[in-house]
Amino acid sequence: MFSDLNFSVKPGQWIQVTGPNGCGKTSLLRMICGLLEPVAGTIRWRGEDIRALGEEYHANLTYLGHHNGIKDELTSIENLRCSSGLSGVDVSRDAAVQILRDMGLEGREHLPARLLSQGQRRRLALATVRVAGSVLWVLDEVLTSLDQAAVALTRSLITEHVEHDGIAIVATHQDLDLSAGNLQRIELSL
Amino acid sequence: MLAWRRRADVLSTMFFFVIVVSLFPLSISPEPQLLRSIAPGVVWVAALLASMLSLGRLFANDYADGTLEQMLLTPQPLYLIVLGKILAQWLVSGVPLILVAPILGVQFGLSRESLLVLMLSLLLGTPVLSLIGSIGAALTLGLRGSGVLIALLVLPLYIPVLIFGALAVDASIGGLPTQSHLSLLGAILVLSLVFAPWATSAALRISIE
Repeated sequence: MFSDLNFSVKPGQWIQVTGPNGCGKTSLLRMICGLLEPVAGTIRWRGEDIRALGEEYHANLTYLGHHNGIKDELTSIENLRCSSGLSGVDVSRDAAVQILRDMGLEGREHLPARLLSQGQRRRLALATVRVAGSVLWVLDEVLTSLDQAAVALTRSLITEHVEHDGIAIVATHQDLDLSAGNLQRIELSL
Repeated sequence: MLAWRRRADVLSTMFFFVIVVSLFPLSISPEPQLLRSIAPGVVWVAALLASMLSLGRLFANDYADGTLEQMLLTPQPLYLIVLGKILAQWLVSGVPLILVAPILGVQFGLSRESLLVLMLSLLLGTPVLSLIGSIGAALTLGLRGSGVLIALLVLPLYIPVLIFGALAVDASIGGLPTQSHLSLLGAILVLSLVFAPWATSAALRISIE
């Protein structure tokens, strides 16, 4: 799909991956997460191959793909607490309610996720990314089905993350226009 | 996780088991001697098929909504997560079978000791069914017609469990010692407890690529 790709990223930087449909943005991001094995080459985290690091690497990583990773049967709060529990962070009930409010999901905390709209599910997914507290965020088409307010919210979340020495790798068609941090662009072509 | 939220699944597995087992006394003959001799086989085959029913859903939902990817990317060992999922699946599919088995055994005129052995053999055997089944479920993830494929993959592996489970109950009906059969079932359980989650984890990593 693509070859001769070489880049590195440091805390406080973010990468925008762009390119036409089918050029391999999602594949690249899945490789960075270790879900997909590159045909050739290695991906290193702090100098070590991520395949060798395994779970130690996953502790530093949060991935948000095309699917939101939300359970339809659980309420928003339960979803949030479940996924943060899996990433090893304990979020209290009150904290979860507060975060959901910040994400514009006030009043829907106790609804099963299947009753939420596409955009609201995306907001909930972003909330789970936020509570995981990892250094590296890998976000695939993060702005899909979000309204303008939510897009602005996402921008501020990523800005804040990068300003606090986080790393964000974002695949998107739209321009994110972040003021903060050090931007690298990777443009893939067919 | 929280499979309990879908209570329909639990009940369908249990009712399938109850109905299949009840069909035999109705269709073959009410003669107690005959019923007693076919009871172990019938109950065990029905338990086998019933536990297959919910296998397809073990990872399919997680795969569809993206939670499986998230599970693969958590800092927790995948082995433990898979083991947890299997345990939850067993609690909702295996445990109900164990609980209704004695009632069904009465239909076949089993004695109290035989009922006890039946429950014990199911207690040792049904976790093995869930464990081995999880490998099949993970391997067939995302394929079309995976239900049939799981059956083809997994049923041959179920045979040892079926043999020893049915033999144990058979032996107790004949008044013979059952300990050896039950010990063998226990050994299979320990073996699959160690290897099945590991194999399932590997299969999941392949399926998700």
